[in-house]
Amino acid sequence: MNSKKSDFVKFEQVDKSYDGKELVVKGLDLDIAEGEFLTLLGPSGSGKTTTLMMLAGFETPTNGEIYFDGRPINNIPPHKRGIGMVFQNYALFPHLSVYENLAFPLKVRKVDKSEIEERINKTLKMVSLTGFENRMPAQLSGGQQQRVAVARALVFDPKLVLMDEPLGALDKNLRESMQYELKHIHESLGVTVVYVTHDQGEALTMSNRIAVFNDGKVQQLSGPNELYETPVNSFVASFIGENNTFTGTVKEIASGSAKIETDSGETIVANPIAVSSSGEKSRISLRPERVSIDPNEQLENKFTSEIREIIYHGDHTRVRVNLLGNDDFILKVPNASSDLKLNVGDKLDLGWSSHDCRALDY
Amino acid sequence: MTAEIRTSDGELLSVKLKKVERRRRTTAFLLAAPLLFFIVFAYVIPIFQMLGRSIDNAEMNSFLTETHEVMQTWDGSEMPGEDVTSTFYYELKTAVENKYHGKIATRLNYEKGGFTSLIKKTSRKLKNFDENDNFLDQFIDVHKKWGNIEYWQALKRGTDAYHFRKYLTTFDYEQKFDGSIERIPEKLRINVTLWLRTIFVAVGVTFCCFILAYPISHLLSVLPTRYSNLLMICVLLPFWTSLLVRTSSWMVLLQKQGVLNDTLVSLGFVADESRLELMYNMTGTFIAMTQILLPFMVLPLYSVMKTISPSLMRAATSMGATPFHAFRKIYFPLTYAGISAGSILVFVLAIGYYITPALVGGAKGILISNRIAYHMQQSLDWSLATAMATVLLIAVLVVYWLYNKIVGIDNMRLG
Repeated sequence: MNSKKSDFVKFEQVDKSYDGKELVVKGLDLDIAEGEFLTLLGPSGSGKTTTLMMLAGFETPTNGEIYFDGRPINNIPPHKRGIGMVFQNYALFPHLSVYENLAFPLKVRKVDKSEIEERINKTLKMVSLTGFENRMPAQLSGGQQQRVAVARALVFDPKLVLMDEPLGALDKNLRESMQYELKHIHESLGVTVVYVTHDQGEALTMSNRIAVFNDGKVQQLSGPNELYETPVNSFVASFIGENNTFTGTVKEIASGSAKIETDSGETIVANPIAVSSSGEKSRISLRPERVSIDPNEQLENKFTSEIREIIYHGDHTRVRVNLLGNDDFILKVPNASSDLKLNVGDKLDLGWSSHDCRALDY
Repeated sequence: MTAEIRTSDGELLSVKLKKVERRRRTTAFLLAAPLLFFIVFAYVIPIFQMLGRSIDNAEMNSFLTETHEVMQTWDGSEMPGEDVTSTFYYELKTAVENKYHGKIATRLNYEKGGFTSLIKKTSRKLKNFDENDNFLDQFIDVHKKWGNIEYWQALKRGTDAYHFRKYLTTFDYEQKFDGSIERIPEKLRINVTLWLRTIFVAVGVTFCCFILAYPISHLLSVLPTRYSNLLMICVLLPFWTSLLVRTSSWMVLLQKQGVLNDTLVSLGFVADESRLELMYNMTGTFIAMTQILLPFMVLPLYSVMKTISPSLMRAATSMGATPFHAFRKIYFPLTYAGISAGSILVFVLAIGYYITPALVGGAKGILISNRIAYHMQQSLDWSLATAMATVLLIAVLVVYWLYNKIVGIDNMRLG
């Protein structure tokens, strides 16, 4: 592992603009380590796909330089970069069979016939599609087409594989099983993967690290659990997972704890992440699963709420309550605790630790 | 064995299904019926009637039925006997009385030149014939051509109820009176030249259209909608203009004192005394037909290219293919359906093109369709015209059949 480069791919101050008026990507600095599974996650229009396309060579950076394996690649055309790519709609060649699709990158590289066959067999085995060599893409299911696309991007042993929302067109169950499969392929091959998605679940399941994009900038770059547990700003907090928020003003601040007066006049004790002085406006973020119902233990924050709506979700029940003027405060109640009787209009005591409640930027 | 499945009201499933299907089919047929009847009565039947004229000689046969019957026993090796000549005399007499001897003259003249004057003179002198004397001698007395056995052979052949000799003429062959088939004298051969020229022009125009349409169709398919719509209108605009107007515009542009030549002369590319001959030859036919038929190539190509995802080319280049290689191996094969659909449309239209070659083609640029028109309107040899038209129709049908075999007619799309 030591010989692996931590800056296998490097974006240095990369800007991209399509119309000369607006920057789609703003001053991007990003290092991708060799063998890493890095996900670019963000809403549509956040610049994540543009970043991927610049790396693949289909878009040119307006400013800045991209390095791949130590070499600047701005002036290298896509076909000389040797980067595998899986497209959103698979981009399988409809007039070629599965075998010919996979042979395409190898024939271009003038690999000899016997080795082509060997490599294709090996790769098809890896994606469990042995026996499908002579099928045409139209004769395959969505999931199978997806596997062929992955196989085709891997068959010529690229050091870097880019994936642009490859699972977007699959149904939910298939998408989940493909997530595990891609993860296993990545682990067994040790290839570097840059993956673009807007599905946070997908990002959390598969990635070593996730770069959350918004407004052309990386908002946070960290591992999945860090991203979920310790978001650094309110965009990340609201984009990843479910989130209850209050807005308020900082009244008192000390290390590790701040007293914040909410807009409704109550005071919440919170963990100061992105606030530094009193008088600052702040948005407080709290994960639904960190809220205790009828809390016994000592908690800094204890309030009474009123139930507005109960939604059954199978494994858990979502309860929408009114708390401190926030009508959309969500609780997740596991359905194992069926002894809890919930009715719309009931009062419910809630409490949470100040550590779990993060005071972020407004 | 599968048990009989019944619907819940006890009917056999297969019977019930047929009933439902029949209702649906009836509705579909009724919707199509008005157009179907229109096409059958206004298009298909008249065409077949017209095409029938290429072999049909029933009218002529009815004028001289008995002569024709009697002549069946005459082998044509020596002058006909009195049975033939007397029958012919009586039937010609009836024809003169009923004033259709002119038609007989015209028709027989197609078989052998000189028949018009022969029949006319004979008809005038018919009242002087002595019905008890030798008819053949009296015929020869009226006109010495009757002494030539070929006129009697032509009479025999010319009264057949149907014949295929016009198809021989279509390809510059003729059937001699002894039954042998030979090419006509070289000076008279025109049809084969026209057929070859028609095929050459049709193939050439198709190719030119393809070369011009391919890049523009590609551009249309990748441009953002608002630009591509504008460009599409530019492509289709000529489509909405009258064919005659467009061809006339080409005449204005291409003639010796026309816009194009004037421009070239004023720019000094061409000397004033050696202005280019762009019209009344093949060049004119080629240029004008290519422009006029271009939309028929652009539309199918565009509709096919529109369906090719741009990510396919990206995928190919990401796998290491140069843009040219990616085009040759991926993009181009995917446009085959459009190329073949466009080519067949342009080819079929070009092979029967009439107005444009007639106006800008001159003598060197006319095509087989102009020859058909000539026989319809000037020489009035409708049998020959329809024989040529039949050959043309069969050629087009063969091309369609081949297209359907190789590509499949379902692949034809027009946008």
